[in-house]
Amino acid sequence: MTNHWIDIQNSDCILIMGSNAAENHPISFKYVTKAMEKGAPLINVDPRFTRTSAKADIYAALRSGTDIAFLGGMIKYILDNNLYNKEYTAAYTNASFLVDESFGFKDGLFSGYRKNSGDGPSMGGYDKSSWAFQMDDKGIPRMDKTLKDKHCVFQLMKKHYERYDIDTVVKVTGTAGKDLLKVYETYTATGKTGKAGTIMYAMGWTQHTVGTQMIRTMAMIQLLLGNMGVAGGGVNALRGESNVQGSTDHCLLWHIWPGYLKTARASNDTLEAYNKKYTPKSNDPLSANWWQNYPKYSVSLLKSFFGDKAIPENQFGYTWLPKVDDGAVYSWFDLFDAMYKGNLEGFFAWGQNPACSGSNASKIRKALEKLDWMVNVNIFDNETGSFWRGPGAEPSKIGTEVFMLPASVSVEKEGSITNSGRWMQWRYQGPKPLGNSRPDGDIIMELGHRIKEKYKASDGVFKHPILNLKWDYETNGAYDPHKAAKEINGYFVKDVTVKGKLCKKGTLVPSFAWLQADGSTSSGNWLYCNSYTEKGNMSARRSKKDAANNIGLYPEFAWCWPVNRRILYNRASVDPKGHPWDDKQWVIKFAGESKDGKYTSKKWLGDVPDGGWYPLENPDGTRRSDAKQPFIMRKHGFGQIFGPGRADGPFPEHYEPLECPVEKNYFSSRMVNPTAVVYSTKEDGHASCDPRFPFVGTTYRVSEHWQTGLMTRPQKWLMELQPNVFVEMSEELAKLRGIKNGERVLVSSARANLECTAIVTKRFKPFTIGYATVHQVGIPWHYGWRWPATGTEESANLLTPPAGDPNTRIPETKAFMVNVTKL
Amino acid sequence: MKLDRRDFMKFSGAAAAGIAVSGLGFDLKPVKSHAGMLKTRYAKETTTICCYCAVGCGAIVHTSKRGDGRVINIEGDPDHVINRGALCSKGSSLKQLTENENRLTEPMYRAPYSDKWQTVSWDWALDKIAERVKKTRDTSFETTNAKGQTVNRTTRMASVGSAAMDNEECWIYQALMRSLGLVYVEHQARI
Repeated sequence: MTNHWIDIQNSDCILIMGSNAAENHPISFKYVTKAMEKGAPLINVDPRFTRTSAKADIYAALRSGTDIAFLGGMIKYILDNNLYNKEYTAAYTNASFLVDESFGFKDGLFSGYRKNSGDGPSMGGYDKSSWAFQMDDKGIPRMDKTLKDKHCVFQLMKKHYERYDIDTVVKVTGTAGKDLLKVYETYTATGKTGKAGTIMYAMGWTQHTVGTQMIRTMAMIQLLLGNMGVAGGGVNALRGESNVQGSTDHCLLWHIWPGYLKTARASNDTLEAYNKKYTPKSNDPLSANWWQNYPKYSVSLLKSFFGDKAIPENQFGYTWLPKVDDGAVYSWFDLFDAMYKGNLEGFFAWGQNPACSGSNASKIRKALEKLDWMVNVNIFDNETGSFWRGPGAEPSKIGTEVFMLPASVSVEKEGSITNSGRWMQWRYQGPKPLGNSRPDGDIIMELGHRIKEKYKASDGVFKHPILNLKWDYETNGAYDPHKAAKEINGYFVKDVTVKGKLCKKGTLVPSFAWLQADGSTSSGNWLYCNSYTEKGNMSARRSKKDAANNIGLYPEFAWCWPVNRRILYNRASVDPKGHPWDDKQWVIKFAGESKDGKYTSKKWLGDVPDGGWYPLENPDGTRRSDAKQPFIMRKHGFGQIFGPGRADGPFPEHYEPLECPVEKNYFSSRMVNPTAVVYSTKEDGHASCDPRFPFVGTTYRVSEHWQTGLMTRPQKWLMELQPNVFVEMSEELAKLRGIKNGERVLVSSARANLECTAIVTKRFKPFTIGYATVHQVGIPWHYGWRWPATGTEESANLLTPPAGDPNTRIPETKAFMVNVTKL
Repeated sequence: MKLDRRDFMKFSGAAAAGIAVSGLGFDLKPVKSHAGMLKTRYAKETTTICCYCAVGCGAIVHTSKRGDGRVINIEGDPDHVINRGALCSKGSSLKQLTENENRLTEPMYRAPYSDKWQTVSWDWALDKIAERVKKTRDTSFETTNAKGQTVNRTTRMASVGSAAMDNEECWIYQALMRSLGLVYVEHQARI
């Protein structure tokens, strides 16, 4: 979330799309309701009439996978009706930037497309050279602030979305035209200065072959309406796991190192080459270009990895860390593809249940059979650890040895987690670990010690990283979360003078502005620098005192990255002179002194500002040369309406899901995202517009269960509330198939069959897509054969497809094709 | 009279205890007052953050100071600024997650081609895992790739997980995995 949970109360209009917050993030509705009580309309767009829809002022149905069409239509509506926030768009976004004259878009393809004719799951990619911005002779992007130049982003956007007229959008999404217009009219009213609209989305957007671009379409709308950086605005991902924000920040992901640093590629042969490659350069003195500090963060991270073994002479241990091949991808899908092909020997499934959580789960289950060994760490036995005795598995033919380690639950240990609003919150130990279970931290530390001992005691390959890994996060022989938390924050490793202040060796770094690239500081994650300082553990704070703006920031309750800034990009919440767009619900405001129409001293009130520089303009309207543009993480300092970094295009474009019910894409002759990834072993079947699988399928969650259900299915109360995997369908479809509410039916896809209980409701309605009737069904994905003990309730991910988004490789589990038949 | 949460609990507990002899013909007063005291006198009180979704709701854990030292109750934390005491269906059943007969309490091992689990010691399990890690790593380690570039990695071991771990655990876990040379390091955020 760019904003945070409580801030939803400040919104003037809430759009919930791609999420069912009332069901899956119930407590968020405390703040949705507060906003509604103050008059904010709630809009919900979803294929199904959900618990969120029941609370909404406006509900619009759309077919799964067509959100870009829906939102692209909103962009056209904004531009046609002149509803964009002109001052904001011109000042803070790249709408005025001029794009290379060779940039183009024709029939679903941007300029530079190359089809993949070689190996690998990618359907194709782009040579992005024509997507570049035009630069002036100083190397600063050329702009046309009148937004009239035909090569400027604004005009290119206008042209791109010309095709997204109401009639075409309706034909694709199946939404009623009047509902569409009502949503557009209501939401775009937040383009007025001083008004804020927010978006709450979740996996309903990420899990598509165009998932990233669904979110980007909304980000563009938020920029056009001036909703970024303001209270009650932002782009807000409702994350599903208690610490998936923190685990992402600490980068348990192949492509990033802690703090969103890039994983080194094979071609980055030295630390110097690595830093050079990933440190962006801007020639614009008005651009903060925050990532220019990259080497300070990467060197401090290496110091955390290897402690005093990391020295300039060995590039701080840079060569000890593994490198990935240029152009190669090692994501979830690729990992299990390699495992299925027999290319992996060993596997850790640590606090995760891939046998139920991964798309096309039967391929994952078969892949586990190819391993030599697996370590499964969990609080309950699960479908992953016991895969060898699951449905269809023959133990006598499976050679994988499995170690199952019992972990403690969260209340039996101490440490912090980070919520969706980026709040790091400390929690404490209540009871001791049950039986012989152990906290993950203790298991990790002990495993590390044992591996180190083995490498000390005997020969081994490339021992340096293992022997030199700093591994002292213990007190009296037990894992000590405070030591690890301090390591993440970081230390001065020698006496050093920074900003004219002497910082003593061994003291905690006050914030990332103090980190150095010369090895004098260590920090396990620069984003968390400031979380545990000489003032104490910031994440354990409990003050209920609000900030001066009284908008629910609670700056002394817990701690939030970065540097306790509660609303990201908050310098876009003020005009170029530093006055808030919204005087009542302001986030920050400039309160420096001025003389003769010029600011003479710096002071900001409210939230921690996104950099404490002067405003862009003086009170008399003259531009300051010592100011910075508000979008400080972007190289040029502007919000990106044109996003050349994405794999599938600088503007989002509607493509159909890999499996879809229509033979025609009304926007172009390209059916599927031409850069999507699709896997191709014999376990990776898929079928589009196939009469065997006539209905759209999607997966979702219910309030009583959580993810694969592993932490809810072994519980009595919750299982009593939601005992069965079910398929929800419309009354019309039930009639068509002769299915009665409550009877067991078979749902099948090109991958698998799944027995479900039929739930016939008015919540699904057939769509009219083009000129045809299209039915959609939905299945919760919380189940698996291990719990309940009957073994009859299986995972909906057995049905889901082998395709994903080209930017993230997140699977397309929200739109695929199925059949439903009586058993 | 200004009451904080703790005072309020004591106050309301006393009020409940003050209800006189019930219509059942026997005095419930001692039972009620004992029940009221379970959380406040006989329990350690700690705060936690719910382990399900990422709203980050606060809860209070009452752990018995006597007997088995297990959880007596877990309820919403009224002093937490996000949830103000409220919890959803999952958060309300946090105690059942902790005090659950289905939990794993011993390390277990499944031998190749076996059809059963066997209970093993931590010492044995961790030693064997370290052995497997070393063997796989040492036999598969690539110092250079096909182009001759330095890569210092193994692609024959992989890890998934976990968003269910604490921040500090995530950090040390990724450090260990990366020190071993793993490049297949993924977790819930990808799916």
